[in-house]
Amino acid sequence: MSEAQAVQRTKRFTSSGNNRRAEKTGFAFLTAVSILTVIPIVLIVVYIIIQGLPAISWTFLTQFPTQGMRAGGIWPTIVGTIYLTLGTAIFSVPLGIAAAVYLAEYATDNRWTRLIRIAIINLAGVPSVVYGLFGFGLFVIFLQFGTSILAASLTLSIMTLPVIISTTEEALRAVPQSFRVVSLSLGGTRWQTIRRVVLPEAVPGVLTGVILGLERAAGETAPILFTGAAFFLPQLPHSPFDATMALPYHIFVIATQVPGMPISIQYGTVFVLLVFVLGMNAIATVIRSRARARRQW
Amino acid sequence: MLKIEIENFSLRYGDGTESLRNINMGIEANAVTVLFGPAGGGKSTLLRALNRLNDLTEVSSISGKILFDGQNVLDPATNVIELRRKIGIVFARPTPLPLTIYQNVSYGLELAGERSRARLDSAVEHALRQAELWEEVNDRLSDPANSLSGGQQQRLCLARSLALQPEVILLDEPTSALDPIATAKIETSLQELKKTYTILLAPHNTQQAARTADYAAFFLVGELVEYGTREQLFTYPKDKRTQDYIEGRFG
Repeated sequence: MSEAQAVQRTKRFTSSGNNRRAEKTGFAFLTAVSILTVIPIVLIVVYIIIQGLPAISWTFLTQFPTQGMRAGGIWPTIVGTIYLTLGTAIFSVPLGIAAAVYLAEYATDNRWTRLIRIAIINLAGVPSVVYGLFGFGLFVIFLQFGTSILAASLTLSIMTLPVIISTTEEALRAVPQSFRVVSLSLGGTRWQTIRRVVLPEAVPGVLTGVILGLERAAGETAPILFTGAAFFLPQLPHSPFDATMALPYHIFVIATQVPGMPISIQYGTVFVLLVFVLGMNAIATVIRSRARARRQW
Repeated sequence: MLKIEIENFSLRYGDGTESLRNINMGIEANAVTVLFGPAGGGKSTLLRALNRLNDLTEVSSISGKILFDGQNVLDPATNVIELRRKIGIVFARPTPLPLTIYQNVSYGLELAGERSRARLDSAVEHALRQAELWEEVNDRLSDPANSLSGGQQQRLCLARSLALQPEVILLDEPTSALDPIATAKIETSLQELKKTYTILLAPHNTQQAARTADYAAFFLVGELVEYGTREQLFTYPKDKRTQDYIEGRFG
């Protein structure tokens, strides 16, 4: 059979010209749309790298701002953001994981757990400035923590919780039910089963959720605006009850509040925040893909 | 001697599916008792009732008694943890835990609080020998369990139950995912194991029932149709339904 005949033959079994055109158009449309979604992130990242990278120097990363923040570095804002992120992790990670373990492993489907779930979903939808005001009212004023790392971390924790809870719960539910049945059939208690089999298997998923949650906390301005961020401080915070400078709020300040601010410092600061957040994102991606490669069920 | 006595036992699931109706049977110690019949007959349900694994499923009603050494296991006061250590189970599909070969076998003992490395080592070796797996894995005990073949995994699951030195072993279609050679290995070890343990087996076909049984019970849609020795059931079945099933007229 010649090649031409073979092609002829194949054609008879494929769709008619009209269908093929529709398929091609649809495919092209979907490709175009997916490319469109990539364009903004590429533009943002490339633009900020081009504009911000020249400002980056050892001095910029390790020195305090000088001349009314118009020169010098951004060291205290980097330290502050790390403090806030760690502070948020201290509260939100144990709470979030505990809540997810309860929901995924212990809770039965009743009115009470449905209420908890609805609360979590709604918590995720609350605008961040509302968290800021809530934290201000509860932690700064009522509990008298003052404008402090502690108050800001707690506020960010509440904002982060829904992300951590829902991703952790998902990771726990992805662990095959058979592992639980086997463990229980060998005389394991529920808690032994969770601790020895379920949680270890869920760790990559949990870590991904934790990092994604903390990454959001690290980049937020509104929740720390009223609760812990300072315009300028001449020294690093000494205790959790001190206020701190932080990258996102600093960007807001130098972009809108300081006249005569050199544009390069603004872009440099944005660049550092972007690297911080995307770096966390990259870690999450690596953890996830490593775990997926290792998984054998 | 009867190891387990099932009296007027009935069970219905929450969604109204598979159920058992008024089961009465005594399970002989140190013998292989086979529960066979078409799918949906309640064999699995009965096995899982014996060590209370049914607790994990929505069960809407349960009645009657299951006496294990004279104690009613259905009694809410029963210590299910202890019960499951005494009545081990092997499932239809090999289900190694995501741990090493060694850790899979030592798992139950460690949960029971065994800390001595020496005792764990010897228990693991003994259990793997009983499941006739030791020769194949003794040089790679710290490999992940799912690096083993399906048949090896299933024998590992058997070893895992044996490590707890149970009194009864439940096997729920343990060879349904295995090839004939792996199946034969499991069946052979059963003949050795019944000297020490009481074995209940839901076989994955009638031939396996006939090959392995000392006693056999024929289940049909939640009912125990006929129960007796292998000779009685497979040579002179009394019930027409048993005979039809064994001869392959339905199923």
